[in-house]
Amino acid sequence: MAERLAVKKTYKLYVGGKFPRSESGRSYEVADAKGKFLANAAWASRKDARDAVVAARKAVPGWAGATAYNRGQVLYRVAEVMEGRHSQFVDEVAAGEGLTRAKATALVDESIDRWVWYAGWADKIAQVVGSSNPVAGPYFDFSVPEPTGVVAVLAPQRSSLLGLVSVLAPVIVGGNTAVLTASADRPLPAITLSEVLATSDVPGGVVNILTGTLADTAPILAAHMDVNAVDLAGTAGDAELARSLELAAADNLKRVVRAPEAEPDWIAEPGLERITAYLETKTVWHPVGI
Amino acid sequence: MTKFEYAPAPESRAIVDIKSSYGLFVNGEFVEPGDGSMFKSVNPATEEVLAEIASAGAGDVDKAVQAARRAYERTWSKLSGRDRGKYLFRIARIIQERARELAVLESIDNGKPIRESRDVDIPLVAAHFFYYAGWADKLAWAGASNAPSRPPQPYGVVGQVIPWNFPLLMLAWKIAPALAAGNTVVLKPAETTPLTALLFAEICQQADLPPGVVNILTGAGDTGRALVEHPGVDKVAFTGSTEVGKQIARSIAGTAKKATLELGGKAANIVFDDAPVDQAVEGIVNGIFFNQGHVCCAGSRLLVQESVYDDVLGRLKRRLGTLRVGDPLDKNTDIGAINSAEQLARIRELSEVGEAEGAERWSPECELPERGFWFPPTVFTGVSQAHRIAREEIFGPVLSVLTFRTPAEAVEKANNTPYGLSAGVWTEKGSRILSMAQQLRAGVVWANTFNRFDPTSPFGGYKESGYGREGGRHGLLAYLKAEH
Repeated sequence: MAERLAVKKTYKLYVGGKFPRSESGRSYEVADAKGKFLANAAWASRKDARDAVVAARKAVPGWAGATAYNRGQVLYRVAEVMEGRHSQFVDEVAAGEGLTRAKATALVDESIDRWVWYAGWADKIAQVVGSSNPVAGPYFDFSVPEPTGVVAVLAPQRSSLLGLVSVLAPVIVGGNTAVLTASADRPLPAITLSEVLATSDVPGGVVNILTGTLADTAPILAAHMDVNAVDLAGTAGDAELARSLELAAADNLKRVVRAPEAEPDWIAEPGLERITAYLETKTVWHPVGI
Repeated sequence: MTKFEYAPAPESRAIVDIKSSYGLFVNGEFVEPGDGSMFKSVNPATEEVLAEIASAGAGDVDKAVQAARRAYERTWSKLSGRDRGKYLFRIARIIQERARELAVLESIDNGKPIRESRDVDIPLVAAHFFYYAGWADKLAWAGASNAPSRPPQPYGVVGQVIPWNFPLLMLAWKIAPALAAGNTVVLKPAETTPLTALLFAEICQQADLPPGVVNILTGAGDTGRALVEHPGVDKVAFTGSTEVGKQIARSIAGTAKKATLELGGKAANIVFDDAPVDQAVEGIVNGIFFNQGHVCCAGSRLLVQESVYDDVLGRLKRRLGTLRVGDPLDKNTDIGAINSAEQLARIRELSEVGEAEGAERWSPECELPERGFWFPPTVFTGVSQAHRIAREEIFGPVLSVLTFRTPAEAVEKANNTPYGLSAGVWTEKGSRILSMAQQLRAGVVWANTFNRFDPTSPFGGYKESGYGREGGRHGLLAYLKAEH
């Protein structure tokens, strides 16, 4: 009996809750760690990056305005839906990163648990970094964190899932929206994650995922005047690129999260730095008196 | 004026399955009480017997505390915060999935309107577990420890005793933070409302919570006393009357036990002449008639500025005429049944005292069902600060109205009580809200709202309303000790 012919998946971008191809009509070949062909992925253009920023901006009021409790529920839901695609993620991480199934499984487990960790922060971060301030006068004075807005994220190049989740979740937990450029050579877990996000109650536009090269999208995102912050994680090891992007980011004083010299292994429990990097502190004064 | 009648809108009981009898939940399974004694739980709206409930004796308490200790030492304290959190997330999700079943059961056993159990109690229960689930692996950020390198530690075994007014919600307030912090618990639900706690025990099984982490002992006051006094209990948490709270404080005197006590209240709800009146009237109604007034933080003393007294009272009475008292399972019901014959007797007695002492009693016309325990929404005017209905917690749908002229007088009267749980302020002026909030000796101050609850928001009393806080980061700290 003849073997069944597989139906191959088309990997697309994720912008505004939809899955478009690149407007450029380009794609590129994605290979596994041994160089064997895995898939064609969409090759995002500069225009795709700008479209993604528009979608992300449009999603800010709804997402920033959602209750922290609601955002926590949505992030937890992402973990639940990822759990259902566990083996698919293991396949993709193992192939892309050249790992044994056991090692890939550990990374997928940790990635799911990391969503849970961040989900818990949604309604606690304000209690940890906010304050009421005992000013010397008849005023009630308090400081609360607020999301900065649209965050461009250059995801890590090596850690295709755990690194990805570790840079994406802290952006959206605080009420920001994200335009993320996936690892250029290992984009498949990011694309699968976009399918998870699309079915996890995450409103369209809150997370937008581009595949392709940093050369196309990163300069656009770093220079974009409607982007409020940028995470340069994906430039680890390329100090020249990182510096040029940081220079571009200075034009509208984007909040910049710099890349380390070499990409970390991401397994350690994160601190609050990546959450607070994308939060503004708002202080309110109000008189007290009859 | 034509009055449109409501058609009956009963919520179906088919979703709940009440067993004829329930055992104690110890070490992960239901067991018979040592001496075999049972009591009955009754539907307060019909006086129908719902189930026979095991009454835990001293021997049962001992077994449950031992089970909790074993679970603490062998399992729960060995788990990572992350895994404790994952169990709590599971429980939160199961509560969401079984929300309607829990709401209907709560209304049947407690008498509260389905609208409240469905829209307030159960969603808050799930939210509470969700909130504290997220804390379990973040204790180092909770701020309990003076030495940041050393994370705060749980107490061990916690004994918890809860009241009948919000049966499952009070369970959530107790169990969620205790477990998140790493403690194991033995909890006693109120004698008249054990059913949702027992369903919660099943949910713990469904979530594969390790045996002994949660133990539920049903019974009356003696069971609670035995639990609180058990030497194996490291921390006590109690919600209930101030009288029993004082007994507990005495019984743990000289021991190493810590306590959180959330006790009675006699909240002032203060309406200034610049308040948005219709909004204030809704807040007054919600403040005292929510949950039949069986609310420790109920706004049972209305303080109205003299200049708007007639207006506020007129509108309040008109609004009370539209409240619907009756079948708790009817979705249109505003006020359900009084929880027990005993509580009904207390409300009646204090109301009679109110009349005898000279206050004027008023209730809207309303037809009460023949069977069951019912009390109409009641307003006393001409109340002085010396009247018992202005001093004692009635814990029923009875509002005492007093007046004031100046903000200073409002503060004076509001604070003239041994209680200090909550207060309400109604005014359009922000600076006045904050000034009043500063001066009111109460743990929660609601401004232009009343009876709001959220898992992130600390709740608890000043003075004889108890000590310690539930909810928020502070509620977590109540279950953690700072190690040095």
